[in-house]
Amino acid sequence: MRLILTLLLIVAWSMPAAALEPDERLDEPVLEARARALSAELRCVVCQNQSIDDSAAPLARDLRLLVRERLVAGDSNDEVLEYVTARYGDFVLLRPPVQPNTYALWFGPAVVLAVAATVVAVMAARRRRGRMAPDPLTEDERRRVDALLGRGSDASARARE
Amino acid sequence: MTRWLFALPLALFVALAAWVAVPLIRGDDPSVLSSALIDRPVPEFALPPLPGRSDGLASADLGGGPLLVNVFASWCAPCLAEHPLMMRLSGELGVTVLGINHRDEPADALAWLARHGDPYERIGADRDGRVSIDWGVYGVPETFVVDGDGRIRFRHAGPITPDLVENTVLPLLGELQQ
Repeated sequence: MRLILTLLLIVAWSMPAAALEPDERLDEPVLEARARALSAELRCVVCQNQSIDDSAAPLARDLRLLVRERLVAGDSNDEVLEYVTARYGDFVLLRPPVQPNTYALWFGPAVVLAVAATVVAVMAARRRRGRMAPDPLTEDERRRVDALLGRGSDASARARE
Repeated sequence: MTRWLFALPLALFVALAAWVAVPLIRGDDPSVLSSALIDRPVPEFALPPLPGRSDGLASADLGGGPLLVNVFASWCAPCLAEHPLMMRLSGELGVTVLGINHRDEPADALAWLARHGDPYERIGADRDGRVSIDWGVYGVPETFVVDGDGRIRFRHAGPITPDLVENTVLPLLGELQQ
């Protein structure tokens, strides 16, 4: 019983904590949910590998407030993201947009996989065609095998070779 | 015919290694982001002056001739590090330097300027950092070069260096002057 309680407490206390402060929260739950979702999409440009939802940097707080302000003013989610990228560039989007300069990023892995799969398939096919049966033994090899197996006339002498 | 194929993985590896190594050796800093505002007009803004001053800073002040806009704060150590260069730019080199005072206590900002010198022709106080966001600022100090038409031509995040002044800022200002 105590073990279960301990485990439950560990789980409860290890929930990821958002950097959001209580005074930033909007009263309208729907808007607040949208704000949280948008914040998770936006990179904190100070810390660079955290979203503004996770970051405690002052700029992240400013941007969280800005996102909420735009939502209250009636912006759609896309309009909010546009507003921020107009100032900070595509880099603030944690999910990069699909556009010509990100094709390599989005499709590169699939292309590499396809090329690798083709190479493996071609090599496997070639091996199957060419090497089904091993080459037959030459006359000399046959004689040595016979000698090793003691089937020849002077087996011991040949085996020492 | 397929003999050269054996060298292909090695060649691919060398190509990839070179692609990764070049920026490393050149010393590029991957955390430096290019501004989304390059070649765009400065954002519309109007900032009040620090108390006891009559200037303030607004987009309308950025039209006449090439100039520098420097985002600074009294609490920011790198700003102090670059401060002598700002003094030199506005003094000896005769460059117009405008300031955006970023998220600062006005009294602290005034004391800082009194102590270290004031290179700024005008200063706008951006207490809540909102105008800085419109400029795409992500940390102080940042320095922008704005041309005579009020377009942002260059942005540097972090303290400016003598090398940057000699080799980038001054040549660009000279070019924009013509």
